[in-house]
Amino acid sequence: MLKAGGLAVWRGDRCLFSDLDVALAGGEMLYVSGHNGSGKTTLLRLLCGLILPEQGSITWSGVNIRALGDDYHRELFYFGHSSAIKEGLSGLENLRMAAALAGEPVTEQQAIEALDRMGLEGYEDLPAKVLSQGQKRRVALARLLLTGTRLWILDEPFTALDIVAIEHLRDTLHAHLAAQGLVVLTTHQRVDFEPARVRQLDLGHGSGTGL
Amino acid sequence: MTTALMLILRRDLTLAVRRMSDVLTTLFFFVIVVSLFPLGIGPELDTLREIAPGVIWVAALLASMLALEHLFSGDYRDGSLEQLLLVPQPLSLLVFGKVLAHWLVSGAPLVLMAPLLGTQLGLTWDALQVLLLTLLLGTPVMSLVGAVGAALTLGLRGRGVLLALLVLPLYIPVLIFGAGAVEASASGLGAGAHMSLLGAILVLAVCFAPWATAAAIRISME
Repeated sequence: MLKAGGLAVWRGDRCLFSDLDVALAGGEMLYVSGHNGSGKTTLLRLLCGLILPEQGSITWSGVNIRALGDDYHRELFYFGHSSAIKEGLSGLENLRMAAALAGEPVTEQQAIEALDRMGLEGYEDLPAKVLSQGQKRRVALARLLLTGTRLWILDEPFTALDIVAIEHLRDTLHAHLAAQGLVVLTTHQRVDFEPARVRQLDLGHGSGTGL
Repeated sequence: MTTALMLILRRDLTLAVRRMSDVLTTLFFFVIVVSLFPLGIGPELDTLREIAPGVIWVAALLASMLALEHLFSGDYRDGSLEQLLLVPQPLSLLVFGKVLAHWLVSGAPLVLMAPLLGTQLGLTWDALQVLLLTLLLGTPVMSLVGAVGAALTLGLRGRGVLLALLVLPLYIPVLIFGAGAVEASASGLGAGAHMSLLGAILVLAVCFAPWATAAAIRISME
């Protein structure tokens, strides 16, 4: 499904990685590891199409993602470094707005249920500025329970979550993989997944060593 | 497509209403700058009447400059802008929605406040009407053109000054025709020509500015 070949990215004079290949089929997870500054986030943003690779190409079902454009974005859920939560809106409003903008509108009931399942019961109507860092990330991650997209690209999703939430997120990812979904993930935490489904990609120190 | 436009409009308006301080700062800045002139120049009504259109226009220009910084910076900081790039809708459409919301909360109040300030400077009823109309045509152009500058300077250090340097020269045509219209109408020439030109500039800005802004955002986000 998701294929990338010969990817290379420079930041200024420094080569983050070169000649990097990624191939991921339905039901598989790509676990990207590496030191700080090794280019994990850059790789993820590259796979989203937010950055153009200096070399190489990324294809989805055999078609270049640049050519697919919005059709690719309809298949994609990206959870970035910052959780994209608007402090002026409540958790419920944030969730519904994000879903509606992505073209997957949800009813208030569905949104409340998703927030409850993320452990935010009673916090739905509070403005996001009074929520803690972890709670904001839970609001953003609640989208995972509602989205029908196939490819999930998650940048450090486990950061600032408590043990219960981590466990819950792991189950959600498992269910997604079982439904032939694709996950690309970076994390510093050790999280156990079925080895058969997981492909490892170590970016090391950012010297350009790939898979 | 229109739903996406309405969504972004509703989102930004809700956020603006919940943070009235940003809106009010722009408006008070406008009022104070205009009010400084009678104090500095003296209460000679004929002089004030003569400079009034220029003063109000320049003040409106600076005020909308001031508001521009908030246009994308909030979304840039909390990661929403990145998500907007991934929304399966044309980015220029979303940008247009954002600029429209921005104009409604920062440009439209200036237009509504202008007649009051015009009265303060002794403008006649006819001149006030022309002033109101030119501002109505001119302030959206300032928001649209300013958006390109705001997008280009996203995430840069000292972006406020850079933004002013980039955007203020582009405001010059709007200023010339805007303030000129009031003077032309006062001298009996009629403001029709100036208005038509302002209208044409607005149409051009609506067509091209969102598209240029979208391209600028993509560059800034790389």
